[in-house]
Amino acid sequence: MSTARGISLWGLLRHVLLLIAAAIVLLPFVWMIVTSLKPQSEIFLSEIRWWPERLHAVENYTKAFDRAPLMRFLLNGAIVTVTIFMLQVLIALPAAYALAKLRFWGREAVFALVLFCILIPPQATAIPVFLLFHHLGILDTYAALIVPFTISAFGIFLMRQFFMTVPDDLVDAARMDGISEIGIVWRVMLPTALPALTAFGIFSIVAHWNDYFWPLIAVNSKELFTPPVGVATFRNEEAGTDYGPLMAAATIIIAPLIIAFLLAQRRFIEGITFTGMK
Amino acid sequence: MAMFELTGVRKSFERTEVLKGVDLDIADGEFISLVGPSGCGKSTLLRIIAGLEDQTDGSVRIGGDVVDGIRPADRNLAMVFQSYALYPHLTVFNNIAVPLRMRRLSALQRLPLVRWLVPGTRSAECGIHADVEKVAELLGMRDLLHRKPAQLSGGQRQRVAVGRAIVREPRGFLLDEPLSNLDAKLRVHMRTEIAQLHRRLAATFIYVTHDQAEAMTMSDRIAVMMDGNIIQIGSPDDVYDDPQDLRVAEFIGSPKINILEGATVGEDRALVLAGHRIPISVSEQAGRSISVGIRPEAMRLASSEGALVSGRLAHKENLGAEVLLHVDVDGQSAPVIVRLDHGGARSIRIGEMIDLTFAMEDLRLFDKAGRRVGAKAAQKELAYG
Repeated sequence: MSTARGISLWGLLRHVLLLIAAAIVLLPFVWMIVTSLKPQSEIFLSEIRWWPERLHAVENYTKAFDRAPLMRFLLNGAIVTVTIFMLQVLIALPAAYALAKLRFWGREAVFALVLFCILIPPQATAIPVFLLFHHLGILDTYAALIVPFTISAFGIFLMRQFFMTVPDDLVDAARMDGISEIGIVWRVMLPTALPALTAFGIFSIVAHWNDYFWPLIAVNSKELFTPPVGVATFRNEEAGTDYGPLMAAATIIIAPLIIAFLLAQRRFIEGITFTGMK
Repeated sequence: MAMFELTGVRKSFERTEVLKGVDLDIADGEFISLVGPSGCGKSTLLRIIAGLEDQTDGSVRIGGDVVDGIRPADRNLAMVFQSYALYPHLTVFNNIAVPLRMRRLSALQRLPLVRWLVPGTRSAECGIHADVEKVAELLGMRDLLHRKPAQLSGGQRQRVAVGRAIVREPRGFLLDEPLSNLDAKLRVHMRTEIAQLHRRLAATFIYVTHDQAEAMTMSDRIAVMMDGNIIQIGSPDDVYDDPQDLRVAEFIGSPKINILEGATVGEDRALVLAGHRIPISVSEQAGRSISVGIRPEAMRLASSEGALVSGRLAHKENLGAEVLLHVDVDGQSAPVIVRLDHGGARSIRIGEMIDLTFAMEDLRLFDKAGRRVGAKAAQKELAYG
């Protein structure tokens, strides 16, 4: 009796702790959404009001769309993140295949370099890349937003680790069947690596959708702004202290990620746990 | 269909030499097994024949053509792997169709969607469809065609792997321990099935296994490999009855051959074994130690006067059709195994002394290095090496 009670008490404590931790993470988001529904007069109340007395959602959201080209920002975000991911896959998969399944002189050294590249923060290379793009004349273009991220050392590393678990026999069978090495990458390795690729896709898309630092440096024209940069300038220039529409805009730009995650949730978990072979 | 000729094939990985100059001729339509303990180089040899591995030295000819440096796919061989190596994302039908598609369709005709716009794709696909169905029929798996490999049992996967191999009618089949992932019962069944398939296709089969029973039951010839060399090659009967090397004798046959420590003595170089003088003359100098091999089924129970070896019964294994006696003999490290027919030695209890005898012609003698040594009876020749 007493032990059962002890366990349930501990269980209760555990859940309270977890709920507090979850609240710390979630509260800002909840506050953002609630604020986006409030009229200006209710945002600056001294009391905490979890639900507005006067719902101002339609006004705030239409204002957000009116004041800034939010659709344009979203479209830019989609173009940039999807192109980055596709190019990353195009480069990372063959590289990972070579590092995992082909024997060549210096393979270990190359792999060590890949690992080393993961350690370099993008901020460290920002200035040289900026100067390089200035000389190439591609600053303030989509290319400037995309090119620096096309080679993902992390992607190569992640896919290489996954390919190591694919049996060599499968590669040999494909060779016997007449599939070329490049064909093996796309026809055999890619389909077997889908869970890992999904996981990498989510990491990549989240990172570049939310990236604020590089787009802020690389582009000046408003037509090229990605969602985070777009919303930031929205605050400075257009809205001033008009927090309702600002929070509405913030909600809109994180919505696609959350929807995508919910849709791909199962595959994402599968990818992270790397199950499903054989 | 083709014959295979291997001359002086060597393979080194960094500093270890895995194959030390292998010569092997395989006749057209032959079923040959490469058998040996793990690490003897048999799989490497098969991979060199397949083209998946380049030999360090020597050459491989298939059907008279030197194939060194030619891509695996262009050698027109098929391989069945131990892990089956089916494409996990494709259905059984598509798994079997892959080698045909790679051969019969152009790169453009293999692209998704675009392929149907290229002239000839539809008729080629029809041909592929018919061929896959034919193979599925042959292997009795028509109703599995739309399943994925994950939904199949081990035996079914194995059959799909075989189907993928036979569908394109290659010049030869390479099988790399294809049965070792199956349970014992299924393995015995698949043994028969593969042997029948060989007879039906009349193609050259090169079969790698570490299981001597598989090699014995299916092959026309067995090549026994040890430490990167083929040390004996011959029909299953030859290799079993007439092993040229102690390692061959010990590897082939289950239960293992009994090896007793003996020696040659005297001017007539007679054999002394467990204190008994055996009336044969060994073609080896006197005073040398000799390993005497006797198959378990060559051992007989004897009366105490006729006994050549005596010992204490340590253990009795009743296998139904036969009984195996484990007999501890003084001066011998391993127990002597005696195989008797059903019902034999029923009256003997564990711990009792028993006397054993054997015919002189059933002895296989080996010198210290493990090489076969000839022996003669006082008058007539008995065995030779």
